[in-house]
Amino acid sequence: MKKLAIGLYAALTIALMLWGFYQAIYVAPTDAMQGEIFRIIFYHVPSASVAFIFFGVSLLGSIGYLTFRHSRQEWAQVADAWALAGAEVGVVFCTVVLTTGPMWGRRAWGIWWTWDARLTTTLVLWLIYVSYLLLRRFAAGPQMQTLAAVLGIFGALDVPIVYMSNRWWRTQHPAPVFGGAQGSGMDKSMLVPFLWNMLAWFAWGLFILILRFNVERKHQVNAAEEAREALESRI
Amino acid sequence: MLRALWTHLVKDLRIEWRSLDAIVSMLFFSGLVVVLFSIAFDPRGAFSQQIAGGVLCVATMFASVSALNQAWAREIRHQVMDAQRMVPSSGAELFLAKAIANFLFVTIVQMLLAPFFFVFYNLHVAGQGWLLAVVLPLGTWALVGNGIFFAALSIQSRNRELLLSLILFPIFIPALLAMVQATTAILTGDSDPALWIKMLVGYDIIFTTVSLLLFDVIFHAE
Repeated sequence: MKKLAIGLYAALTIALMLWGFYQAIYVAPTDAMQGEIFRIIFYHVPSASVAFIFFGVSLLGSIGYLTFRHSRQEWAQVADAWALAGAEVGVVFCTVVLTTGPMWGRRAWGIWWTWDARLTTTLVLWLIYVSYLLLRRFAAGPQMQTLAAVLGIFGALDVPIVYMSNRWWRTQHPAPVFGGAQGSGMDKSMLVPFLWNMLAWFAWGLFILILRFNVERKHQVNAAEEAREALESRI
Repeated sequence: MLRALWTHLVKDLRIEWRSLDAIVSMLFFSGLVVVLFSIAFDPRGAFSQQIAGGVLCVATMFASVSALNQAWAREIRHQVMDAQRMVPSSGAELFLAKAIANFLFVTIVQMLLAPFFFVFYNLHVAGQGWLLAVVLPLGTWALVGNGIFFAALSIQSRNRELLLSLILFPIFIPALLAMVQATTAILTGDSDPALWIKMLVGYDIIFTTVSLLLFDVIFHAE
């Protein structure tokens, strides 16, 4: 039953992504000002949203781990698995954002990269979560989870400061397309493909996130089992 | 109430006074960075004014990492760290004592380095020079406060010396930006450093508070 549900969800996600691809490449009209290159927005913005939400998941997981690590061990382990899965999958999506962004920038601005608020914030966010993953790799044993959770909180705390500091420094990223000033927003002919892609990438991201979470839970259970066996063999 | 803090602080200062390990190695290392940068960028005229702030801050940053690693590494021998874990006072006092001691070391290095720096880069201060006495301590505290915290965190892992830089530098980026911008603004006199000083104050308050709150968690992480 569980396998069937996973298979169905995977099939649905792939169908959604194919549909989203069709919508983005064939249905959406070419942008009057930017030409074909604007189609990157169908991948750039959904990836950015997914990455930011998953980093949020990671932060909640870190807080959850620190809250429950003495009182409810089982909950703490679950929270830690969410923290790791969120950070890891978030880094993947963030990498997509940092790859598609310069491709668009090269055509639209004539430069690959600029040190503006959002670009720098995204890059620093990526660096922080890569360092988080490195810490998880280098530190071993049960204390690793505590250390990683603390670093996760520090990293999340840094993000608004990085953003503000860069806004004071310089900003070049286009003003928000959605919910920005007057004249922002998308035409309906573009909005529908955009929303399909948003849905498809969220479905895909969630799929990977849950898979990663399950793998981590299995790791934890195995590690606990091994520790128990090692203890018992000594007696 | 702050007796534990005082004891730790005096102990660290005494060790440093007798060995001078941290200060001498930091001084030589940051001096090297200044020389290397001036060879790499050939600073002359207005250009040297532009980059001097950045070079000073980055030199301090690289140099302090070695001292920050030593700050905890020397406690591993003879199980001093385990003894410190058993002390009935709060870990926040230990953290604060270490941070203050290393803050003093880095500040001494900066003060000794400053004259050479002005000579090598032919600097003259176009803005309000006394503001440097505000900016540099604020930036140094941001570096050392976070650095001591993350050094205590990474000391419990493999590759501890490498890991400290990998964790510390990304988190330190906004403070580095503010420190460099403020120093450059003072040296060139082109813009007003007030905004960046405020940002450094905010950064220091936020991260020092969080470090004090979470230090016990990482120090007793099992």
